[in-house]
Amino acid sequence: MQACHLSASNLACRRGDRLLFRGLDLALQGGEACHVAGPNGIGKTSLLRILAGLLRPFAGEVGRAGTLALLDEKPALDPQVPLAAALAFWADLDGVGPHDCKACADLVGLTELLDVPVRFLSTGQRKRAALARMQSQQAPIWLLDEPLNGLDTAGIALAECMVADHCAVGGIAVVASHQPMALPAPKTLELEAFIP
Amino acid sequence: MIGRLLLRDLALLLPGSRRGGSILPLLFFLAVAMLYPFAVGPDAQLLARTGGGVIWVAALLAAILPLDRLVAPDLELGVFDQLALRGISEELVLAVRMAAHWLSFAPLLLLAALPAAALLSLDGQTLGKVLLGLLAGTPGLAAIGVMIAALTAGLRGGAALSGLLLIPLAVPILIFGAGSLSRPDGDGIALAAAISLVLVAMAPFAGGAAIRAAREG
Repeated sequence: MQACHLSASNLACRRGDRLLFRGLDLALQGGEACHVAGPNGIGKTSLLRILAGLLRPFAGEVGRAGTLALLDEKPALDPQVPLAAALAFWADLDGVGPHDCKACADLVGLTELLDVPVRFLSTGQRKRAALARMQSQQAPIWLLDEPLNGLDTAGIALAECMVADHCAVGGIAVVASHQPMALPAPKTLELEAFIP
Repeated sequence: MIGRLLLRDLALLLPGSRRGGSILPLLFFLAVAMLYPFAVGPDAQLLARTGGGVIWVAALLAAILPLDRLVAPDLELGVFDQLALRGISEELVLAVRMAAHWLSFAPLLLLAALPAAALLSLDGQTLGKVLLGLLAGTPGLAAIGVMIAALTAGLRGGAALSGLLLIPLAVPILIFGAGSLSRPDGDGIALAAAISLVLVAMAPFAGGAAIRAAREG
């Protein structure tokens, strides 16, 4: 996997007229995982979206080398088309062959459901499908926003295993979750420490 | 990459496609052309004189119907976020969306103008002008549609609002497009085409800014 790093210096985030956090520093090298913790509404999702470049920080800067993959509550898979076609759209854009794409569906245990339209999938199955989409993107930096929501016990183990494998081959994972998640030697970022 | 985006958009927008319903604007268009003779009576001269304008109004109203499916579902699904992560700009996505939107309604609208012209007893020359005018004006309608769909995508009740927003913006196209029917030269059509070009050039940028603003909000 290509060399990657993700850093943030003196980040502050404002939503509406409320300052969610400020003075946040972060530096991650390849192979490192970071667990962003904190209660609901503290700004975990906002932090991830700032790191992804989808939200402008109120102050501070984000630096990164390497492409990004984001997993959040939006699966970004067309509900009307079969799962295989929905995954293939992203795999095509990412220049991934159909074989690798199918391997990712196998990995998350959705082989049987590839010809089922996405709208018939359950919440947990959709989350697994999104995991497959992220895996097939082959991006070195993973941003996961509440990846365990909706997953059953086996799904949680699967997600933990995928993140561990990703870090083992030199990837970065930033996980925002209010649930405990077994990560390989995670740095923990308690957002409560950065409330102004 | 543009080809893949276009294929996906077409698969979602074309009639009989999975996001569905794109045949409805056409039926709506034909329904207006059918109702008009019932409403004003079977005076062939009156119909022939006003029919071209009715086709224009019907086309404009039909262009409103697919607006709520153009941008809002993708914004909700997070497709724009995922495309942005891959370095694909909102402007490019919307330019492709505009092309797909045009392809999904304009060619069929031109075809449907033939039976509509028969219903309104238009002569061949008027029909020719209507078709040319629609060809010049529909890219502009598609551009306005994409722009408004992007602006209202994040709003509650955006569908009703987008209809109201489209009508005033489409007035210049209507004036020159339908106005060309009463003039012997093709100046009106040329002006409608010029307005269309300006709108087509502007729409991806306006829409892209709207989507980024919706993301921040």
